Amino acid sequence: MNVRSQISMVFHLDKCIGCHTCSIACKNIWTDRKGAEYMWWNNVETKPGTGYPTRWEDQDQYHGGWEVHKGKLRLRSTGKGKIVTNIFHNPFMPTMDDYYEPWTYKYEDLFNAPEGTDQPTARPVSMVTGEHMDVEAGPNWDDDLGGSPVYAANDKNLDGLSEEQRQQLFAVERLVFFYFPRICNHCLNPSCVAACPSGALYKRGEDGIVLLDQKRCRAWRSCVAACPYKKTFFNWSTGKSEKCILCYPRLETGQAPACFHSCVGRIRYLGVVLYDADRLEEVAKLPDDKLIEGQRSLILDPNDPEVIEAARANGVHDSVIESAQRSPVYKFVKVWKIALPPHIEYRTLPMLFYVPPMSPVMANRQDGTVESVSDNFFHDIEQARVPMKFLANLFGAGGEGKVVYALKKQKAVRTYRRALTVGDISMETAEKMLAEADCTKEEADAIYHLTSLCTFDDRFVIPPMHREEAIEMMREPSEHKTAVGFGFIEPPKRGF
Amino acid sequence: MMTIGDNLLDLFLFAVTPYIALTVFFLGTIIRYRKYGFSYSSLSSQFLENRHHFWGLIPFHYGILTVFLGHLIGFLVPRDLLWWNSHPLRLYIFEVSGLVAAMLTIVGLVSMIMRRLTDPKIRVVTSTADWILLGILTLEIVSGTFVAIFHSWGSSWFASTASPYLRSIFTLSPDITFMVAMPWLVKFHIVGAFVILAAFPFTRLVHILVVPNQYLWRKPQVVRWYGKKAFLHKAV
Repeated sequence: MNVRSQISMVFHLDKCIGCHTCSIACKNIWTDRKGAEYMWWNNVETKPGTGYPTRWEDQDQYHGGWEVHKGKLRLRSTGKGKIVTNIFHNPFMPTMDDYYEPWTYKYEDLFNAPEGTDQPTARPVSMVTGEHMDVEAGPNWDDDLGGSPVYAANDKNLDGLSEEQRQQLFAVERLVFFYFPRICNHCLNPSCVAACPSGALYKRGEDGIVLLDQKRCRAWRSCVAACPYKKTFFNWSTGKSEKCILCYPRLETGQAPACFHSCVGRIRYLGVVLYDADRLEEVAKLPDDKLIEGQRSLILDPNDPEVIEAARANGVHDSVIESAQRSPVYKFVKVWKIALPPHIEYRTLPMLFYVPPMSPVMANRQDGTVESVSDNFFHDIEQARVPMKFLANLFGAGGEGKVVYALKKQKAVRTYRRALTVGDISMETAEKMLAEADCTKEEADAIYHLTSLCTFDDRFVIPPMHREEAIEMMREPSEHKTAVGFGFIEPPKRGF
Repeated sequence: MMTIGDNLLDLFLFAVTPYIALTVFFLGTIIRYRKYGFSYSSLSSQFLENRHHFWGLIPFHYGILTVFLGHLIGFLVPRDLLWWNSHPLRLYIFEVSGLVAAMLTIVGLVSMIMRRLTDPKIRVVTSTADWILLGILTLEIVSGTFVAIFHSWGSSWFASTASPYLRSIFTLSPDITFMVAMPWLVKFHIVGAFVILAAFPFTRLVHILVVPNQYLWRKPQVVRWYGKKAFLHKAV
């Protein structure tokens, strides 16, 4: 057992209102720079929808992630063998057109235009070339366009859905969509790291944050192609790749990452989990339907004395172990099993988890009326307006079992709470549903508390990052004594 | 007959310039690496333009690497090259492959220049240094190709004349006898090489020095630990 700690996250999708506050918070802090205008380390997508970059989930086009080839894990883009021939021109490199060309408006025209009979306008100009451009795409071009035949209908996750199931999503009266906020998944088996020829990308041993060493990046661009979530970005101005850093300078001072902190719907949870690094490869090679179970088995019980001993032997600080014992993520993922990894079939073992949405809460429409008889106040999971197959493609590696389990448990908790507080559902029914959903009353209370009544400190159990241990190693420790963040000060200028 | 002026010029070009170039190259690349390590990048522009990129970068790199390999063979194992070339068929094979590689390089170079001229996004990320570099590369590659065409069987006479000269530079006892007698086109090509060497630290050519060869034998995953723990976790 090789115990390591990992900062991990949960997004409760039923609580996401799609306000993009997280994206803006992130943008303002990290990517409001030349060359990074098009980057959204955090973005919120409408599902079904094509996402950002367009159709990023289509790995036949983007070749991200891993595949199992003759019993071995292999990068779908350019691994060791292929990099020799592909270093000059990466065949799987997305271009700016796959994201969007960033633009601004010529606001000065509003003030400087000579007097005339026309109202002056501020025309859009490209932030790359500075020339006029017609805006044809943006980072969130399909926002809220759930039923759109142009965007929603092109969602990769609709593959394998029957015509009837598609109708379920697209018929005007039944139209439904939900939001899908995304940041870097800080994977356990990151393909960006494995693809980087320079060794610039690395996983921090102490907390599992995946970072990109700007000084060692040489713009071979393999990471951009290799990340199946397309969360490593190429800065076209500095000629270096960049990615979400999980606001580690904030974490080091005990603050939640900007996207987490600013979340209006309070959908986000952050905590530490302990995992067994010895079994990573074995788990990443499991067949699709075993991956979720496999990843869960990697996550260790932080209260198990054996695990604690092994963690200590591995240099995991006691304060981190203690933090892992209070981790909300551990509860969602391992104890309650209602949070699922996104697209685990890419085999990077992502460490962001999503509680799949039940939305809309009210019953499904039948014969033009909303069915809301007391015994079935919340809709049947199997007949949810979002087809199970669609959610399964997103969070279940194609299998519906784990998604249905997570939704049934949520529904049971809601029924149980309604029986308690409103009383129009009998407690017997609620108890029966809880039992069917593999949930006890205590568990239901705990889920209710952590989803509905949670305080900031319940949601963010931020472990001490022990930056003092890193600073000790520096040549001039006193220089870094009161500082956080980057380790070198050299202007990020393009070339020489 | 040679005049003294010619001789002095040759002396400067072939006995002094190489040392200036080598000094600038080594000092320049080392200082840049230590002081401006961030600037060591291939500065790829594939993200802004993908299609034209293929037709420029692929032929150019394969071409120039083959040509460079040819020069390296002539420099390192001149006797073996002469032995190989002693048979006409083998000589033709060596010469023709060199020429094909040179043509590939030119095709690539022309597409690269066209791409930088025509694509508005690429123009934004093209610096003056890039244009100067493309200029001297063009002169060097075109002059080299002309040498191959107009002064036949260069692979053989390179091995027997340029090789000893280049070796004499590295042994710090420059012997320019062979160089003085060279046609001006060849002289131009050799001096061009020194110019490129001297320009090297100030251009994007530095990416050649950081080609990631270690990738081929490192473990796929990279984990970095703080000091004490790095020792604990020697085996990543």
